[in-house]
Amino acid sequence: MSRIRETFASLKRAGRGGFIPFITAGDPDLATTERLLIELAAVGADIIEVGIPFSDPVADGGTIQRASERALRNGVTLRDVLTCVARAKQHIDVPIVLFSYFNPLLSFGGERLANDAKEAGVDAILVTDLIPEEAHAWTETLIQFELDPIFLVAPTTSDKRLKQIARQARGFIYAVSRTGVTGARDEMTNDAEALVKRVRSVSDLPVAVGFGISTAEQVRQVWNFADAAVIGSAIVREIEKFAGFPDLVNRVGQFARSLLESPETAKSHSSRD
Amino acid sequence: MEKSQLTRSEPDEYGHWGKFGGRYVPETLVAPLEELTKEFLRARHDNDFWQELNQLLRDYAGRPTPLFYARRLTAHAGGAQIYLKREDLLHTGAHKINNALGQVLLARRMGKRRVIAETGAGQHGVATATVCALFGLRCIIYMGAEDERRQALNVFRMRLLGAEVITVHAGTRTLKDAINEAMRDWVTNVHDTYYLLGSALGPHPYPLMVREFQSVIGREAREQILSVSGKLPRALIACVGGGSNAIGLFHPFIADEEVRLIGVEAGGRGDSLGEHAARFHMDAKSGGGRIGALQGTMSHVLQDANGQIATTHSISAGLDYSAIGPEHAFLHDNRRAEYIRSSDSEALEGLELCARLEGIIPALETAHAFMPAIRIARELSRDDAIIVNLSGRGDKDVQLVADLKTR
Repeated sequence: MSRIRETFASLKRAGRGGFIPFITAGDPDLATTERLLIELAAVGADIIEVGIPFSDPVADGGTIQRASERALRNGVTLRDVLTCVARAKQHIDVPIVLFSYFNPLLSFGGERLANDAKEAGVDAILVTDLIPEEAHAWTETLIQFELDPIFLVAPTTSDKRLKQIARQARGFIYAVSRTGVTGARDEMTNDAEALVKRVRSVSDLPVAVGFGISTAEQVRQVWNFADAAVIGSAIVREIEKFAGFPDLVNRVGQFARSLLESPETAKSHSSRD
Repeated sequence: MEKSQLTRSEPDEYGHWGKFGGRYVPETLVAPLEELTKEFLRARHDNDFWQELNQLLRDYAGRPTPLFYARRLTAHAGGAQIYLKREDLLHTGAHKINNALGQVLLARRMGKRRVIAETGAGQHGVATATVCALFGLRCIIYMGAEDERRQALNVFRMRLLGAEVITVHAGTRTLKDAINEAMRDWVTNVHDTYYLLGSALGPHPYPLMVREFQSVIGREAREQILSVSGKLPRALIACVGGGSNAIGLFHPFIADEEVRLIGVEAGGRGDSLGEHAARFHMDAKSGGGRIGALQGTMSHVLQDANGQIATTHSISAGLDYSAIGPEHAFLHDNRRAEYIRSSDSEALEGLELCARLEGIIPALETAHAFMPAIRIARELSRDDAIIVNLSGRGDKDVQLVADLKTR
C-alpha cells in the first residue's frame, strides 16, 4: 500500500477528515519553502501538495499565478524543487504530492523525473493539464517507480470519463469543487458534493476536494462528504501577504492551524463510516 | 507513420498528427471540447451548414478572393510568376474572418450566447467582434497590453463593433498571455461560453476545425491557378504564427507532392532565444526544435532548458508566439513542408516593396513572406508559378511603420 493510501486509511480509522495544504515551491524562496513544509507538517498537514512553478499556468487564478512568477524570478527549477523536498523530508514524514503542468516534467524527462522524485521522497504526482487519454505512458512510468498518479475530476466530467480516470488513478482522486481556476472563494457550491458522490459510485479511492476552499468552515463542510480538503490559494495568499516578514513561516503555520481549529474538527464525520 | 496520414494529413480521433496535437488541458475543459468536437463533426457533414457558411463567405466576407498576378514583383524577382492570394480584400482585412464565420455558426448551433476570443495583432479579435455583431452575441476579447500598444487601431475597431476588450497584463503581455486568459475565462464560464480560437492551435478539435474553415483559401487558389496557368504552382509561401493562413493555403495541396509548401516564421531581431519566434530555428542558442505541451496541444515550443515557455520577439504581433500549430509540426517533421524565417527588417523591406511595386500594403505578418518569395521565384524559371498568401492588409500597421521610419 502506498504512503498516501496508508495516510487515508489511518484518517479513516481515526474518523478524521484530511488536511492537504498546497504551496508553490520557491515562493518566496526555496529556503522558506523547506521551512514551510516542516511547519505545515507540524501544524497537522496529512499530505502536502508542492506546486512546480510554470510560466503559463492556465488553470490557476491570480494568487497562484503570482506565486509562480515570484518563484520563476528566483530562477527556481524542477531540480531545485526536488532538492528542497529531499531536505525537508529529512525532518518530516508527511506524504508529498508534486502538482505541476506537463511541460516542465516533459522537459525534465519522464523516467528521470520519476526516479529522481522517488529518491527525493515524493509520493505522488498530479499533472494539471494531463488527461487520461494523453497519460498512458506517463502513468505507467510513475507506477513503475512506485509513485501514485493523481488525477483531477471536475463537475463537467461525465460518468463514463470518471470510470476511465478511476482506472488510471492511484492514491486518491482530486475533485475540483467547481468549474473555474484555482482561487479562494467565499461560498462553496453543491457541485462538489454531487461530484464526490459520483466518484464514490465508480471508485473506492479516497476523494480530496479542492479549488476555492479558504476557511475553517469550508474545510468542515468538505469533510462532511469527502476524505480530505485541499487548501491552496488561501495559504499562498498568506505567504504573499507576509513575504519579507521574519516570522513568515510562523504566521503561515498559524493560519494553517486556524483552518483546523474548531470544536467541530475533532468530531468524527459520520458520512462514511 | 502511415503514408495515408501524411498524404491526407488527417489527425486521429483524439486530434493527433503523429505525436503532435491532442488535448493537454485541465479536466474541466474536456467535456466542452468533446461537445464542440461532436458539433463540428456533425456540421462538417451537414449540407445546410455549408450552404449557410458559403453564402456568408460570399455575400458578407467577399469570397472568392482574387488570385492576382503580381507583374512588377515578378519582374523584380526575375524568375517564376508570383501570384498573390488576396485574403487582404476580405471584410475586416484578413483571412481571420473565414474561421470566425465558421465558428460563430457552430456557437449558434450550440446555443452559446457569450463568445470569447484571444487576439494578437487584433485581426482575429476584429473578425470575432464582427461576427458577434452580425449574430447579436456578447463578445469578449482578450489582448495583451503590449499588443494593444502596437495595434491600437484594432482595439478601437473591436470596441466600435460592440466587443469588450480586456487587457492582459500577465507574463509577456502578448498573444500567449491572451490565450491563457481566454482559457481561464472558458474554464470558469464553460456552460454558456463559446471559445472562438483564432489559429490552428490549442486542444483538439481547434487545429482541425480552424484548418477546415481556412482551407477555402487553398481550394480556391488551386482552382484559380489551374485555370490561369493550366498547371500546379511550384511553391506556396505563407507566414506562420500559429499557422492558420498557411495551413489554409497548404492543406488542399498536401497530396500534390511536387508543390513545395513553405512557411515563413518570424526571425525577429536575432538568433538567441527570446529574440525571435522561429519555432524550427534549430541551432544551439536559438532554442527551436524542442517539443512541448502548451495551451492544449503538443507541438514545437520555444522554451528554456527547464521547460519554461520562452519569451518571443517579432515586429508583428500576429507572429509573436512561442508555439506553432501541431499540423505544421507534423508536416515539418515529415518533411512535407519547409519552414524558413524572415527578420523584422526583411519584413519591413517586404512591406515597402509590395507597396511600391504592386500598390498593396500588406500586414506586417504577411510581409514576412515577400523577401523569401522573391528569392524562391528567382531560382525558378519564367514558366513556373508560385503563390504567396497575402493574408492581411497593412492598414493596422501604418502607424507602427511610420514610427519606425522616423526613429
